[in-house]
Amino acid sequence: MARFVASTCVLSLLLTAGLGAQVTADRLRNAESEPHNWLTYSGSYASTRHSLLEQITPSNVDDLELKWVFQARSLENFTATPLVVDGVMYVTQAPNDVVALDAATGRVFWVYEYTPSPESRPCCGRINRGVGILGDTLFMATIDAQLIALDAVTGRPIWKTAVGEPSQGYAMTVAPLVIDDKVVVGVAGGEYGIRGYIAAYDAATGDEVWRFYTIPGPGEPGNDTWSGDSWRTGGASVWLTGSYDPELNLTYWGIGNPGPDWNPAQRRGDNLYSDSVVALDADTGELRWYFQFTPNDPYDYDAVQIPVLADIETADGQVVKVMLWANRNGFFYALDRTTGRFINGRPFVTVNWAEGLDDSGRPIQTPQAPGEVTYPGVQGGTNWYSPSYNPGTGLFYLSAWENYGAIFEPASEPEEYREGQLFLGGRPMPAIPGAAAPPALARGHVNRWTEAVGTGAVIALDPRTGEQRWKFEMTDVTTSGILTTASDVLFTGGREGYFYAFDARDGELLWRTTLGGVVHNGPMSYQVDDAQYVAAAAGNVLFVFGLRE
Amino acid sequence: MRDSRMRDRRHAGFLALAAAVLLAASGGALRAQEHAGQYEQADIEFGARLYADNCSACHGTEGDAIAGVSLRSGTFSNASSDADLQAVIANGLPDTAMPPGEYTDAELSGLVAFIRTMGDVDPASLTVGDAARGEAVFLGKGDCLSCHRVAGRGSRSAPDLTDIGAVRSAGAIERSLLDPTGSMLPVNRPVRAVTRDGREVSGRRLNEDTFTVQLIDQDERLVSLAKADLREYTVLTTSPMPSYEDELGEQELSDLLAYLLSLQGVD
Repeated sequence: MARFVASTCVLSLLLTAGLGAQVTADRLRNAESEPHNWLTYSGSYASTRHSLLEQITPSNVDDLELKWVFQARSLENFTATPLVVDGVMYVTQAPNDVVALDAATGRVFWVYEYTPSPESRPCCGRINRGVGILGDTLFMATIDAQLIALDAVTGRPIWKTAVGEPSQGYAMTVAPLVIDDKVVVGVAGGEYGIRGYIAAYDAATGDEVWRFYTIPGPGEPGNDTWSGDSWRTGGASVWLTGSYDPELNLTYWGIGNPGPDWNPAQRRGDNLYSDSVVALDADTGELRWYFQFTPNDPYDYDAVQIPVLADIETADGQVVKVMLWANRNGFFYALDRTTGRFINGRPFVTVNWAEGLDDSGRPIQTPQAPGEVTYPGVQGGTNWYSPSYNPGTGLFYLSAWENYGAIFEPASEPEEYREGQLFLGGRPMPAIPGAAAPPALARGHVNRWTEAVGTGAVIALDPRTGEQRWKFEMTDVTTSGILTTASDVLFTGGREGYFYAFDARDGELLWRTTLGGVVHNGPMSYQVDDAQYVAAAAGNVLFVFGLRE
Repeated sequence: MRDSRMRDRRHAGFLALAAAVLLAASGGALRAQEHAGQYEQADIEFGARLYADNCSACHGTEGDAIAGVSLRSGTFSNASSDADLQAVIANGLPDTAMPPGEYTDAELSGLVAFIRTMGDVDPASLTVGDAARGEAVFLGKGDCLSCHRVAGRGSRSAPDLTDIGAVRSAGAIERSLLDPTGSMLPVNRPVRAVTRDGREVSGRRLNEDTFTVQLIDQDERLVSLAKADLREYTVLTTSPMPSYEDELGEQELSDLLAYLLSLQGVD
């Protein structure tokens, strides 16, 4: 009987998807005005992963029940965040299938299956983080470095463009960011000696509109931050979706590690724009400003986080357009996103690779002696797990790895670059003997991950100061993103397979359930008819919850 | 009706590149229609063009230019069944001059149909279309985009044809043009539903289970219906597509077929 009640709800919202519901560039700009939908990877151009839906509250979250599940036909980690457009959900099934589902029931409309080239060489799993949409066209970046446009109604391909050469190590895992009539993506491959770039493509044709190399070429400012010819194979990949400020017309992207990863002597200099955030003119791809978090990175820290854009009132009453960034290197930063100026920063986990930041935000590096433990370890104090900013509480939330270190062992000799081969220049070792060796972090039949290796936490920071407001500690570390809602509920998961709801104001644990697998993606929320849903993926399954009727 | 159409077509005598190559092999040929009915005329004609473009340089126009192999008489050194032939064409033969070839299933079916009948067929009977002219028919007189879609253009109410040439044989496409209802695949049967409040929804079914059905409706929207909320639900067996048998001329049909076979999907 309950099934029929639910079905009646479905019927009343039926005729909403398709040509009558074109996702225009203006709708993407004003995504906050339609909180029932989730139109971009991070929910909005500001990438706050904050839903304005309020049906699920701290007082009723205990009434959540499982509404439906989608079992991906994939053994890869489910890291994608679904889009929801007017009752239809679009999600990727790793590596590069796209699935359209009824967002209220989970029934499948269509599946687009794509087989990536066997030449593709992903460093870290054939994962995909989701699709972008414009009009009635979906866009997917593939692990073999192709950009594919699909008809959102039929699931049929419209065009395919080669963004990079997979046999050389180029790959893509990002969910594309659509800005106006362009589709913006970046290339992964930082462990294969690529030269990274961000590029924009015409949404109608797939033709390249602009390309920004994340490593300057000869004669360009910053090329001299690479010794010799090291710029040619310096990595600086892009593997997380950027953000966009329509007022400034700037798009912000985090840039990955320099290569070879663990031998900085092979690429002396600051290695711009590796481990940086770059602000690009969205029309032309021209660099407006950059801020480098970790110059000459010897730890593979990357700077691949989601740029979170917020407008924050300072103590003197001024509203500042800031960018909030909890970096893998263990420091939290607030930047002026108009100019890139450093506002404040401080560690949010144990850090010993630097003793602090100078007035410009540059780290005062304190390299550890050979064989000694560096904090944070190679996976960082946080990583690609989406943070969230809740303007209601004024707090910034992130998933952190605490007291986690690694021993870095650079190679004694320069590593020769060979096209399409791993280009690492050394290795990181676990700080605790017998622990899972990063970066694989695989768990065997005996879980050797203990609190001695590191612990996970959800941390709430005051972005004005970087000070911690509350913390929820987990035994194992967490790879889950974070969602907050206007009703001050915070959803997240973790490696232990729990899916949690917290009170975003004080960190009180309100509700949890077990999903039986690692939560790798960022939870998201949407509404169909009168019902709010929350979706999170664990293992290779997407779980969708709503309030009990 | 269809047989008479076929006979008419055999006498049309329009030949493009493939047929020109084949003229030398015309002596004493049997009518393709008489070849045990195993291979369809459209497949044979499609295969003829492919053979001329890809095979005749080595095998010769009569299929006997390689010692020990006579394609036209069915003498093969490494194949006996049609599946064997397709495998050899697709994979080539190691340590020989026979290279592997990248062909779709439709192309392999066409090549095999032509090779199997080249000893019997009268090349003068082959009508080989022109894809460029066929596109003009598709866009103009055929008005195909009013229901179908190709590479992002056209309507979604009928199946997308962007890769139809890669997934259907020439014979199957021809049957669809001449007899849409008789050749309609069950997956393409239209459905009609009436909700309990009297709203009518019709369209093309995408997915169905015991309790729900998902479809693209008449307004090209994705729709998910709960059967418990429906007053009527009917799966229709009549195709909404008209037969083009009497709508298009002989050459137009061949051209249209050539165009549809050229639709190989998005590269």
